[in-house]
Amino acid sequence: MILLVAPEIPANSNAERRQLVSSSIFATVILIMTEVMFFAALISAYMIIRSGSEEWPPWGQPRLPVFATALNSLALLASAFCLHQSVKVFSSQALRSKQLLALTIALGTVFVSVQGYEWVQLISFGLTITSSTYGGVFYLIIGAHGLHVIGGLLALLACLKRLNSTSQQLTIDNLRAAQIFWYFVVGVWPVLYTLVYLL
Amino acid sequence: MGQTTVTHDSHAAHEHDHHEQSFIMKYFFSTDHKIIGLQYMFTGMFMAIVGGYFAYAFRMQLAFPGMEVPLYGTVGPGEYNMLITNHGSIMIFWVAMPVLIAAFGNILIPLMIGCDDMVFPRLNRLSYQIFLLSVVVLFMSFFVQGGGFGGAWTSYPPLSAVAEYNLTDWGASLWLIAVALEFVAFLIGGINFVTTSMNARAPGMRMTDIPMVVWMIVLASIMFMASVGPLIAGSIMLLMDQRIGTTFFVPSGGGDPILWQHLFWFFGHPEVYVVLLPALGIVAEIMTTFARKKLFGYKTILYTTFATGGLAFVVWAHHQFIAGIDPRMANIFLVTTLLISIPIAEILFSYIATLYGGSIEFRTPMLWALGFLITFLLGGVTGIYLGSSALDIYFHDSYFVIAHFHYTFFPIAIIGMFAGLYHWYPKMFGRMMDETLGKIHFWGTIIPFNGIFLPLFLVGMAGQHRRIYNFQHFPDLATADLQGIRVFATVSMVTMLLFQFVFAYNFFVSMFKGEKAPANPWKSNTLEWTVPSPPPHGNFAELPVVYRGPYEYSVPGNKEDYWPQNMPDRN
Repeated sequence: MILLVAPEIPANSNAERRQLVSSSIFATVILIMTEVMFFAALISAYMIIRSGSEEWPPWGQPRLPVFATALNSLALLASAFCLHQSVKVFSSQALRSKQLLALTIALGTVFVSVQGYEWVQLISFGLTITSSTYGGVFYLIIGAHGLHVIGGLLALLACLKRLNSTSQQLTIDNLRAAQIFWYFVVGVWPVLYTLVYLL
Repeated sequence: MGQTTVTHDSHAAHEHDHHEQSFIMKYFFSTDHKIIGLQYMFTGMFMAIVGGYFAYAFRMQLAFPGMEVPLYGTVGPGEYNMLITNHGSIMIFWVAMPVLIAAFGNILIPLMIGCDDMVFPRLNRLSYQIFLLSVVVLFMSFFVQGGGFGGAWTSYPPLSAVAEYNLTDWGASLWLIAVALEFVAFLIGGINFVTTSMNARAPGMRMTDIPMVVWMIVLASIMFMASVGPLIAGSIMLLMDQRIGTTFFVPSGGGDPILWQHLFWFFGHPEVYVVLLPALGIVAEIMTTFARKKLFGYKTILYTTFATGGLAFVVWAHHQFIAGIDPRMANIFLVTTLLISIPIAEILFSYIATLYGGSIEFRTPMLWALGFLITFLLGGVTGIYLGSSALDIYFHDSYFVIAHFHYTFFPIAIIGMFAGLYHWYPKMFGRMMDETLGKIHFWGTIIPFNGIFLPLFLVGMAGQHRRIYNFQHFPDLATADLQGIRVFATVSMVTMLLFQFVFAYNFFVSMFKGEKAPANPWKSNTLEWTVPSPPPHGNFAELPVVYRGPYEYSVPGNKEDYWPQNMPDRN
């Protein structure tokens, strides 16, 4: 047998890593670079398809709820503020940090739920993914963002779970990585809102 | 997830290490970077056989139309399309990427920067598992109703978007899903490569002490991750067009097919450099070792590569010169396309300067490295013809294009891969490969390779269009002259394939019967040669400290002509 892993030589465990920045933060930043390009592509696809159609939104398609979504956006923005506070007091006030993290997750869940309710209504008014390219790009872009919100919420939930667990302690770097991702999710929303709802 | 995950993982791995692991646990679920690298390498080599077999089938059809191809059967028009499509996709996505980036990246990065494993070992394993899944999905696509996808590896809509046009309803979707899964796998792998190279370097290793191949793999990963987002978005949209019935790319429903071309080529062109850079890195390591000379202009090469990486993002529309884009825009892309040949030429000149005055030793890896330089040069020079928008009107979609990109991709994916394999084989398997067989394999590959693709430049210039399964249907192209050239190319191709058996024999027999390799058979400087061959789990018995750059060969005042990076005193 070819032994690529010769077991007799003692391996070096707990190897010291000289980190430029924490690896989890570094990896998250690289991931966000890809995400930025992903959303840039969706945005350019939106603009190209929109500029190619004569009437936008097309005749007979429902208008989007601009005001209700603006209110809902406030929930998302508030969640980012809560998370900022939570990370700020992470090492000094553990309980308060945990409460703020839970509040962040709650606000994020409110945002996704209201968006989901909005979708149900839009579908009942006749705006579906196949009803027009207008519907197609709407569900594509807002859906992609919604999935990212859910992904961010799962990451924050994992952080909350590890705050409560004794075996796997949550480090500030783990929380910061989740925070960076959440900031991205919140930060890209005003751009998408302006593009899809306002313009 | 970072630090805690790492320590937990390495603990778990070491505990397992003490009692004997089963074969399955060790080779299928290992988080060891070397095992994952080998998994990528063997999967990639298996896919190379599949891709080569497809090429064999359609080249035989082109040379001897209508003939029953030995070991394959007759090739009909639909099947021909399926063969060329999947030959292209397999060779780029399932051979070049996994072998050059994932396999060499996994095996070399931790060893060369002096650490015990990747920063995220479990993500690394996940990356391979998703990649394997993508292979399975691709194979599924060959066996569904209608057969494999036949809309070319570029998958232009509306052909690829509407099942009534491409006649491969599920084949098209499965192909797309396989490609998307493959991207996810490399996204995860790439994050790992970049983080590891930046965060886990041995003490004393500065940015400019990192071996060039590690830099190249890191930069390739960054370019991949920066360019893949648009194609993932495009793939989702195309998949929705195929399966849900949206019309993002279908003109009859208000969509824009050119949009796909932009999304595809925004990824597709940087992708060329994504696979080129690791091959350039491999060649740099080999050339310095076998010329016993310092790499000429380390920093110049590094900064030039940054420039290439930036420019690679603004050349994509040169693939669309005849797609109806604005001629003023075509002019801009013409300029950027010609510009990008400058940094690449600069790198190649630096390599030639590295060879100049060196004491060159023609061992097998060196032959492959030199073969890379020479053949890639031809590919680069013919690219300048295609980059000019006026000439491209004639050359577009002709065999000239085919010959051009095979003169770039073949040196990258095949010659670069063999160069790396012959060079690091002793490190990977602990045994030496046979030199004579290696040289026979080299000449038996490089000569027929030119025999295939030099003639294809000629038929391309004669106006032979690609994607035609039987040239007998076109009287202008069915002349005896042109057919003779096609037969010559096909015969060369079969010859080249036959010589690969020499490699297979050498590869597998040396693995068990080859001469035992010492730790540093080539007298090389980089850190992977300071550990036993093959390296133990955890790589280094004691983590190394680095004192100098990787290319200190033939330094005056030293007794030996090499000076390992981790050696504190004169050698």
